[in-house]
Amino acid sequence: MRLDTRDLVVRYPGQQRPALDGVTMHVPAGTIYAVLGPNGSGKSTLMRAMLGIVNIQGGEALLDGKAIGSWDRRGLAQVVGAVSQSETISFPMTVREMVAMGRYPHLGPLEGEDDEDRAAIRNAVAQCDVTDLETRDVTTLSAGERQRVRIARALAQEPKVLVLDEPTSSLDIKHEMAILELLKRSVESGITVLLITHGLNLASRFADRMLLLSEGRVAAEGSPAEVVTVDVLTEVYGWPISVDHDEATGWPRVTPLRG
Amino acid sequence: MSRSKLAITLIAALLLASLLGVRFGSVPLTTGDVLGVLAGGGDDVQRDIVMRFRLPRVLLGMLVGGGLALAGATFQALLRNPLAEPYILGISGGASLGAVSVLALGLAAWGSWTLPLAAFAGALLAIVLVFRLATATGQAMDVRVLLLSGVVIAAFFSACIAFILAVSPARTVRSAVMWMMGSLDGATWGSVTLTAVYTLPAAAVLIALARPLNLMAIGEETAYYLGADVEGVKRVSLVIAALITAAGVAVAGVIGFVGLVVPHAVRLLVGSDHRALLPLSFLGGAAFLTSADLVARVAMDPAEVPIGVITAFVGVPFFLLLLRRSMSRA
Repeated sequence: MRLDTRDLVVRYPGQQRPALDGVTMHVPAGTIYAVLGPNGSGKSTLMRAMLGIVNIQGGEALLDGKAIGSWDRRGLAQVVGAVSQSETISFPMTVREMVAMGRYPHLGPLEGEDDEDRAAIRNAVAQCDVTDLETRDVTTLSAGERQRVRIARALAQEPKVLVLDEPTSSLDIKHEMAILELLKRSVESGITVLLITHGLNLASRFADRMLLLSEGRVAAEGSPAEVVTVDVLTEVYGWPISVDHDEATGWPRVTPLRG
Repeated sequence: MSRSKLAITLIAALLLASLLGVRFGSVPLTTGDVLGVLAGGGDDVQRDIVMRFRLPRVLLGMLVGGGLALAGATFQALLRNPLAEPYILGISGGASLGAVSVLALGLAAWGSWTLPLAAFAGALLAIVLVFRLATATGQAMDVRVLLLSGVVIAAFFSACIAFILAVSPARTVRSAVMWMMGSLDGATWGSVTLTAVYTLPAAAVLIALARPLNLMAIGEETAYYLGADVEGVKRVSLVIAALITAAGVAVAGVIGFVGLVVPHAVRLLVGSDHRALLPLSFLGGAAFLTSADLVARVAMDPAEVPIGVITAFVGVPFFLLLLRRSMSRA
């Protein structure tokens, strides 16, 4: 499923500057689309607009060509899986129980899990490498393990679109790469990924296209090679940087310089 | 522990506590006497003791204890606060203000129904005030504002109560304090029927909302993403939990500890899935309060110990034991 916005404007009550000010993006189905930008540039607001939990003041946000606002909550959750930046878990529950919550939008009010649900849960758990943790209490997991469990929950929704807000910010190299490889594989199976991240290097390596936000406006949009340039990044982040290419792999590499 | 094992244990405990609750008192009965009366036999005195006094009291204990534990579990999930208890929205303060006003004005002489009615009205007043405050901005209901409003309203009510007590004679103060410590003393078939008609359907609705409550306990944003009707579930379950609490406090006064600790004990034993947690909390609260009332009546017979004292005396060590066990396992 594709995601689109046209001249999207979102303004939070009591705020002077709109959080999003005329953002247009086109995310074709089956691609990884990375959204970058400094803190407060509107990345998370864009995610929330695509999930229908903030009011849109102008323009439109479309999922599969249909305005987000016209999707009902349950129908949306059947096709869009989302992982927010963080959640505080106050009560003990097992990893299995947590991942099984991803089946919520597919179940009737009093319906139990059937074989299909169990298969989806098993599959999600295996893909995120948390099978060994299934019976563990979520509150006792490390930050990285917990993050993988939350991604597994979103995958258990069997979504057509995955929206992730800085999913790898608390992960070590191995698990960060494992998640990005997982997203790559998901995209190959037809899922569309909207990835919000601060990781310029990995985004330019994994994303098909990138959107760079600055103060709620689009500063640059295009392929990684088009967006990851010294001029654009120095301007947007307000910090001198250099861009070169890794000799072994040819991937772009961003290095912050001295201020 | 498995869910079914805990359910069987709790049902057995509830039946045992009920039987003992009907047997013991100032006039002890045998199990045979009790069964005889229930089968329609027994002499007049026995019939009177069982049917007029002890059985309604046991049943009221079940309903109030179960309702408080269920409301506590619901508040804990919705407010995502392990310290939440049924009275957290100022409901006990409102009910107490109603009851204390009746006692201070001497209105209790009008009939036995005036006190519970005033307590219920006070509880409703607290609920309306707190929910109005939490939705005043016209935005979606914010549980943090709800919590704060509850604390502030409770503080205001307790100031009102302190003022009334300060200008009341010692006798009034004593009966007010006794009421605020909670008791099942006033149980009649009338109060049992009213509480049952009111509590049981409400409990059924909460238990039917168990699955969305599972999502809400993780966080409202996550619940949205997983397709829950967050605002609807929040409103319905908060109001129902508050009304169950109001009914409990109206017929039995303020009984602390049940609503806080029973859900946690159940969670430690079987986890946080509300499909199990809610019904088991109801059973656990019912068994716990029925047992506590039994002890309250027989411990210092003929005097009655306030039931809140017993719930804390028994509940605290039991809970600490459970907590230590689960800590050493983790």
